[in-house]
Amino acid sequence: MSDTKKLLVDPLSTNNPITVQVLGVCSALAVTSTIANSLVMGVAVIFVTALANLTISLLRNLIPGRIRMIVQLVVIAFLVTLVSIFLKAFLYDLSKELSVFVGLIITNCIVMGRLEAFAMGNKPIPALLDGVGNGMGYAIILIIVGAIRELFGAGQLMGFQVIPEAVYNFGYENNGLMVLPISSIFLIGIIIWIQRSRDKELVDIS
Amino acid sequence: MKFLRNFMDKIQPDKAKSPFSYTLWDGIDTFLYAPGHVTHQGTHLKDSMDLKRTMIHVVLAMQFAFLLGAYNIGLQHYQALGVDANIAAEFVYGLLQLLPLIIVVHVVGLGIEFLFAAKKGHAIEEGFLVSAFLIPLIMPPGVPLYMVAIATAFSVLIAKEAFGGTGMNIFNVALVARVFIFFAYPSSISGDTCWVAYDYNILHQALNFGDWLHISAGTAMIDGFSGATPLGLAVSGGWEAIQAATLPSGEQQYSISNMMWGFMPGSIGEMSKIGIIIGAIMLIKLKIADWRIMFSMVIGVAFMGVIFNIAAPAFPDNGFIAIPFYMHYIMGSFLFAMAFMATDPVTAASTNRGKFIYGFMIGVIGLIIRVANPAYPEGWMLAIIFMNIFASLIDYNIIQSNIKRRLSNV
Repeated sequence: MSDTKKLLVDPLSTNNPITVQVLGVCSALAVTSTIANSLVMGVAVIFVTALANLTISLLRNLIPGRIRMIVQLVVIAFLVTLVSIFLKAFLYDLSKELSVFVGLIITNCIVMGRLEAFAMGNKPIPALLDGVGNGMGYAIILIIVGAIRELFGAGQLMGFQVIPEAVYNFGYENNGLMVLPISSIFLIGIIIWIQRSRDKELVDIS
Repeated sequence: MKFLRNFMDKIQPDKAKSPFSYTLWDGIDTFLYAPGHVTHQGTHLKDSMDLKRTMIHVVLAMQFAFLLGAYNIGLQHYQALGVDANIAAEFVYGLLQLLPLIIVVHVVGLGIEFLFAAKKGHAIEEGFLVSAFLIPLIMPPGVPLYMVAIATAFSVLIAKEAFGGTGMNIFNVALVARVFIFFAYPSSISGDTCWVAYDYNILHQALNFGDWLHISAGTAMIDGFSGATPLGLAVSGGWEAIQAATLPSGEQQYSISNMMWGFMPGSIGEMSKIGIIIGAIMLIKLKIADWRIMFSMVIGVAFMGVIFNIAAPAFPDNGFIAIPFYMHYIMGSFLFAMAFMATDPVTAASTNRGKFIYGFMIGVIGLIIRVANPAYPEGWMLAIIFMNIFASLIDYNIIQSNIKRRLSNV
């Protein structure tokens, strides 16, 4: 696999930020109640990681080593503020539902982790691709969890009723646990379980 | 019985070729016969009390609560419908209502156990037999079967197999199944209407010869019958409301004798206090369950109950707080939680002093949840799960303090 393709594809599976690096779990638990929420959150994180990686990679030779964290944070905070204002202007309902978690992308370990681990030592184009890849790796897990939670918690997908009325008349009930954020920790745990039982290289025995 | 042995030997599958059917065969074989395995290395301890015998004794101890519970399901059912049924019909109704529940739990739970045993390549462990019997006993009698199936699968997968199987679980497997239903389908396991079985299943219809099970009476509750449990009544009206509750016949619904025998709406196994006490004594006599946990739970409830009773005049809005503390023992599921849930040897604290602390804290926390939180009128399930987390911490501190105390003698 070529290096550029690897940068994009690896974070989706074998180096996934949530299931393998176990970063950014906090927001993944909180905002995944529906697919729409997961999608918006995922896109926001892709935007932030990509552009933050690009910016820091461009500045990497100018940033003094001692204050690099502060500089990185300023860049991230600027991008997150942009996203937050954009959401408030164009997707007000969703931004109210995501509430504080858009702002908390600043503290999302994935963004900071990629800046420190990758952008500080690589050229702008690979850094951009790495940011997009990791953002997508985050988004894909969010969407999987969001889809399961929305399907079993509300019987819907993207707001459309998927489970027919007849099933409800038969005695089926929506699963109230899926509405609670606690269900995502079980779901992410099960995803990690499945992934590691299929790919033995990911199992670290310590 | 020679032919059974011969038959089992004949159908024995090859372990390498088909691990799943071998595990299945091995499970049935060790169920029928004493296993032929012996220890090959390490310490040799001889004790006739192996895991299988321990487990089956617990199941036997539950039978009193189970039989009285089965009768009670039928009794409540016919009282709710206003039908004058005889004792046999009531008992058979309850048994047939319970049977599908027990089958579903065993099929789902043992199915997952078998799969994991085959995958991991070890023999089937007996631990689930107790859980599979406990899960039906802590469910409301009318709970939909698919919910029980999902809850059982969840608890076996997440609470047990993810932690490494029998003996490795941190949380009580049966309670996790109930917690799952409690949070996933709250309307099926809390409130005033779920504690009585109203419907008839296929078994009832098949065995209803000459309408002796009174299926023609329908499934509608008659006026004047309230499915509210003592705990549900106590939230609003306190002890007076419990005593004032009457059946349509004018009888007192929650007299002390009814509460002791368990002739009232509630979860299947937790109602008959007499059956549970017999089971508890049996477990203590056989030294399977520890009296320390049971005793300290009783003390914990008394301690917290007296505090609440003293503080009662300051909180006139809370109906629960003024209930005499000794009445808390016969309301709800305290005794069942004490005898069968808290004493689970895997999840409880295992040092002797630790057991006193563990039981005492369950008693205190459970009563606080019951009295102080009107949203959860029953607290033992959550209190035991909560103290399960602390069991190993308690043990660690007890052992460390023992070491510290004796270190000065070295």
